[in-house]
Amino acid sequence: MLDQSDSYVTEDGRTIGGVVMEMKNITLRFGGVVAIKDISFDIRQGEIRAIIGPNGAGKSSMLNVISGFYVPQEGTVEFHGKPRPQMRPYEVAQQGIARTFQNIALFEGMTVLDNVMTGRLNYMKTGLLRQAFWKGQAEREETANREVVEKVIDFLEIQHIRKTPVARLPYGLKKRVELARALAAEPKLLLLDEPMAGMNVEEKEDMSRFILDVNDEFGTTIALIEHDMGVVMDLSDRVVVMDYGKKIGDGTPDEVRNNQDVIDAYLGVAHD
Amino acid sequence: MSDQFLFATEVFFNGLMAGVLYALVALGFVLIYKASGIFNYAQGVMALFAAMTLVGIMEGQVPFSHIINAMFGTEVHHFGWHVPALLAIALTVGVMVIFAWLVQRIVMRHLVGQEPIILFMATIGLAYFLEGFSDLMWGSEIKKLDVGLPQGGSFWIEDMTAGLGSDNFYGFFIDQLDIVATVIAALLVAGLVLFAQYTKQGRAMRAVADDHQAALSVGISLNFIWVLVWSVAGFVALVAGIVWGTKSGVQFSLSLIALKALPVLMLGGFTSIPGAIVGGLIIGVGEKLFEFAIGPMVGGATENWFAYVLALLFLVFRPQGLFGEKIIERV
Repeated sequence: MLDQSDSYVTEDGRTIGGVVMEMKNITLRFGGVVAIKDISFDIRQGEIRAIIGPNGAGKSSMLNVISGFYVPQEGTVEFHGKPRPQMRPYEVAQQGIARTFQNIALFEGMTVLDNVMTGRLNYMKTGLLRQAFWKGQAEREETANREVVEKVIDFLEIQHIRKTPVARLPYGLKKRVELARALAAEPKLLLLDEPMAGMNVEEKEDMSRFILDVNDEFGTTIALIEHDMGVVMDLSDRVVVMDYGKKIGDGTPDEVRNNQDVIDAYLGVAHD
Repeated sequence: MSDQFLFATEVFFNGLMAGVLYALVALGFVLIYKASGIFNYAQGVMALFAAMTLVGIMEGQVPFSHIINAMFGTEVHHFGWHVPALLAIALTVGVMVIFAWLVQRIVMRHLVGQEPIILFMATIGLAYFLEGFSDLMWGSEIKKLDVGLPQGGSFWIEDMTAGLGSDNFYGFFIDQLDIVATVIAALLVAGLVLFAQYTKQGRAMRAVADDHQAALSVGISLNFIWVLVWSVAGFVALVAGIVWGTKSGVQFSLSLIALKALPVLMLGGFTSIPGAIVGGLIIGVGEKLFEFAIGPMVGGATENWFAYVLALLFLVFRPQGLFGEKIIERV
């Protein structure tokens, strides 16, 4: 068993660091419905961590807890070793946790470029009056932010649609723009809610490649949710498996694949 | 040129100027509607409140003097000083920002995610509350507002144009205040566009207007943006209040200009700033020209209803307004 601060090197030569985020005994209820029941797991620096499970297992709820959209009734979230006080989603985002949504939440009326630029809002520090009266600083800041954005746009291969309003884009590209906006924030932790939902095989392959490249190139720690097991197993370093709000497995893809509870949850099992 | 044509031209120009004034009011509605989906019924009363506060500060009136006198048996009404117009305007902006903050803090924050109709009802309540509150704070008598804007017909324009027609034509009569109002409105719109396009806060405002969830995920505080939007709407209300108040005195009827803004919004679309401007101009010119051409045949007073009929026609043929976002339902 690894210690919290231990790091190790993966087979493909990436270094996985110590624990960045730790979920401790999280329980989330909606009225009488228990969405998440006493779940603990951690996310390590530089790894791709997947949360999988059948529909309704509570995966999205878990992601929403991490990103502050839901507040769990019990348990603590530790970020960089410190318990995180209750935070609103925008405060979590300001801490360096970026996310995408299952149903895509983009600014439909804006162009791709403007959308990705909003990812940089937290890096814009010049005050309103300064922006109005002292152009220099604001311009330098804008230029620096634009450089990051253009790099992300190049990286995700969406240069050709930079000036296109998002509303006109097909689904697969929207997903990519959303990823670009999250990446533009240079997040310490990137949360992806079903990045491959509703995509065809080719789009799924593209997206998988981007996720791997992002992790490889920028060393971004990624936590993602998926219910398609095949995709996840090839992608992730470690996997948490949830079913009916409970954690039924946690480990490397191989460990999880051979876990009897996981096999039962996915294939169904006769209860007698 | 025939005199008739010249008169029509003069009416046209006056219509344009009136349209600018309508647009000023409509602008306040559009700002809040775009950013928070709230149709702010209180926008007209906000203009009244802003104008009353401005007069009150300029004249050195003691706020709530009526209550104070009734409770303590005193006779205070004025501080006895006069505040220069520019300083008073700055102070009024401050008051409108505090007002925005209070509205967000006390009312709107608790209604996040509610149906639009509930938010609308809340703003109706707000309108009546603010109406009473303004009276309580500054008294209900009609006040004169003079921040130094020029008023009255422009002799220069009259002299320059007098020679165009026959001896019966004395030149165009155009109120200087209308010209100033047009310039102010143009500056205001330019300022708003620059703010929305090029500042961090403006960008965040557009983001919130587009998608709340996405805005949260990139680290934008909805509360902050809504206070900002209500402040900006308060500022626009102040500008409208100054222009209308200078024109016809600061009095209750000022709050009814909101009703004039409704047809403008239907024409221009609730979500478009250029729409508010163009809609205002069309209504202004339309109702003045209609009154000029058709009015005498039907006994006049067409200005009271023309705007609404025009808006109704628009609703039939183009429900989203001239520039409103097109409603496309994907099936």
